[in-house]
Amino acid sequence: MLEIENLHVKVSGKEILKGIDLSVQPGQVHAIMGPNGSGKTTLAQVLAGRITYEVTQGKVRFEGKDLLIMRPEDRAREGVFMAFQYPVEIPGVSNAYFLKAALNAIRKYRGQEEIDAMDFMALVQEKAKLLALDETFMKRGLNEGFSGGEKKKNEVFQMAVLEPKLCILDETDSGLDIDALRLVANGINAMRGPTRAMLVVTHYQRLLDYVVPDVVHVLVDGKIVKSGDADLARNLEKHGYGWILEEAPRPAPARP
Amino acid sequence: MRPVTSVAVAVDAKQTYVGEFASSEKELGGPKWLRTLRKAAIGRFETLGFPTQKHEDWKYTNLAALLRVPFKPAILARPDGVVAEKLDPFTFGVLKTSRVVFVNGRYSPRLSYLRSLPEGVRIASAAEILRSEPGILEKHVGKHAPFEADPFVALNTAFFQDGALVEIPKNTVVDEPIHLLFLSASKDLPIVSYPRNLFLLGANSQATVIETYAGWAPEVTFTNAVTEVVVGPGAKLEHYKVQRESERAFHFGTMTIDQDRDSTVTAHSMSFGGSLSRNSVSTKFGGEGGSLTLNGIFMPRDTQQHDNYTRIDHIARSCTSVELYRGILDGKSRGVFNGNIYVRKDAQKTVARQTNKNLLLSKEAFVDSTPGLEILADDVKCNHASTIGQLDDNAVFYLRSRGIDEEAARNILTYAFVADVVNQVKVAPIRIKLDQLILSRLPKGAGLGASL
Repeated sequence: MLEIENLHVKVSGKEILKGIDLSVQPGQVHAIMGPNGSGKTTLAQVLAGRITYEVTQGKVRFEGKDLLIMRPEDRAREGVFMAFQYPVEIPGVSNAYFLKAALNAIRKYRGQEEIDAMDFMALVQEKAKLLALDETFMKRGLNEGFSGGEKKKNEVFQMAVLEPKLCILDETDSGLDIDALRLVANGINAMRGPTRAMLVVTHYQRLLDYVVPDVVHVLVDGKIVKSGDADLARNLEKHGYGWILEEAPRPAPARP
Repeated sequence: MRPVTSVAVAVDAKQTYVGEFASSEKELGGPKWLRTLRKAAIGRFETLGFPTQKHEDWKYTNLAALLRVPFKPAILARPDGVVAEKLDPFTFGVLKTSRVVFVNGRYSPRLSYLRSLPEGVRIASAAEILRSEPGILEKHVGKHAPFEADPFVALNTAFFQDGALVEIPKNTVVDEPIHLLFLSASKDLPIVSYPRNLFLLGANSQATVIETYAGWAPEVTFTNAVTEVVVGPGAKLEHYKVQRESERAFHFGTMTIDQDRDSTVTAHSMSFGGSLSRNSVSTKFGGEGGSLTLNGIFMPRDTQQHDNYTRIDHIARSCTSVELYRGILDGKSRGVFNGNIYVRKDAQKTVARQTNKNLLLSKEAFVDSTPGLEILADDVKCNHASTIGQLDDNAVFYLRSRGIDEEAARNILTYAFVADVVNQVKVAPIRIKLDQLILSRLPKGAGLGASL
């Protein structure tokens, strides 16, 4: 479903991703772990289409199509969804309006009719239950005055409504208390299925206790230095990133 | 040497207006007190002249374009040819209102109608009242909107012939809004009109008044309107001003509001039209316990300029004013927000909040925002805030990452910028109309669908 080949990315002139190779199959959940500053968020953002990230080398294919030449909105319409680490607050646009506009834009792209108001309400209510969101939430401004936990729940809620093929979750566990973490994890798990893939970007292991990954990759200094199964994540939790850094090949010293 | 030119233009124009007054003084007529008032006003205008940009309150407003046009008094205009169907765009859908129409500042009975009104309520043409019962105008005209420091108010006072009188007796509630529609129509030659309005709300009365100023592109017109509002003790006024003149028109509007104790005024000003438009609102709390909400939206585009000058005078204690102005500027447009709040020495327990936020949609648009607060009392809660910014790239990306195309994302965020002001409009058909007007000015008419 997602094929990343030798991806190099610069942010403000500085190389952050230094050759990423990654292959994600339908039905799989891949976790990307790594210390702060290793390039995890950059990877998530570049897949979603943030233009301030400059791809200098490499390819990304999504279902065989070149993802990097697509506009962000077309990536979403093709089925890529990124849950933001820091969702934006937009007062004046209700959650309901926003979500309906997004859903209809995606449906239009796929040649489907706009969703009927009643069907939309039914869909939203069903998905809101999953995340224990109350009814007033849809009328509130988009993320306006939401707590960190509410914002993260809203991201997963949007994901549940829009039903993407590839879910990229950027630090979705950060800032969540244990109850919210469980709800969010339930929401994510409810979406796992044979045709959907997930890329879970996280610093800590704790989300992965609930959303158990098929493959874990460790990203250090812009490169994947180790891949393994869920046990790798547990080892990282126990021993930290230090041992990986020891084991990983040192970057070549800068030329004088 | 632009300053020299603009001064020369201002002097020539002044002589033209003064000369026009001399030649039409007889025709303007009116009772003796009014003739005296007109003379004093034109005299004052002659002393003041048209302001140049050296004047602090006019530093961002170049009048050269206005003063170069040889505007003629409306009395010289040919039959306007305005028919009722042409007014449809300026009405409010299903909203039932009494409608009083003025064409080039003169009452048009054939376009106007009154719905059934509570006893004692008077909605009338000022020109008719001047003939039948001038006392009520003598008591108020010029008393609330002084012309001593304002050449445009002075010109209006000298030249006005008509306008709306709205009088609500004490303890009377008028449920249906009163729509005053001022049309500028000048097919052949540029016309100047001087509507002069007076709203009198008796003690504990309630009314909703809409003033629409409208015209048709590409006509070049000049409206110089003055509205004096007197709100009695415990009375409630909801006021809307919708400025939709031709985008080649000049619009100068002054509104003064005198509030008595425990009165409540909500005034919304919405500016869309005009090549140069200046809204001036000046309010006074004369008695304790008054409350004022002053909202504004201005949306210039291309080369339009929208100026907003507001002045809130807290004379009496325990009054509350909340002011919220939002500007959305596109193209090479200009905007000004200049808000002054005065809290006098005896105005203890005043609450005054002022916010002006501006959104620049283009790199060539420009806005000047000057909030002002002068506080002489010591037990008050006052603050003001002013911002100028562009659409947030993060927010645009957030919407796009959910499948919404870039233009729609920008339109949604632009609308959202004024949504909090729009949502304060309590009368649904007015709110819907306002939504449409705002959305129609966004690229590709927005097409955002249902309410946000």
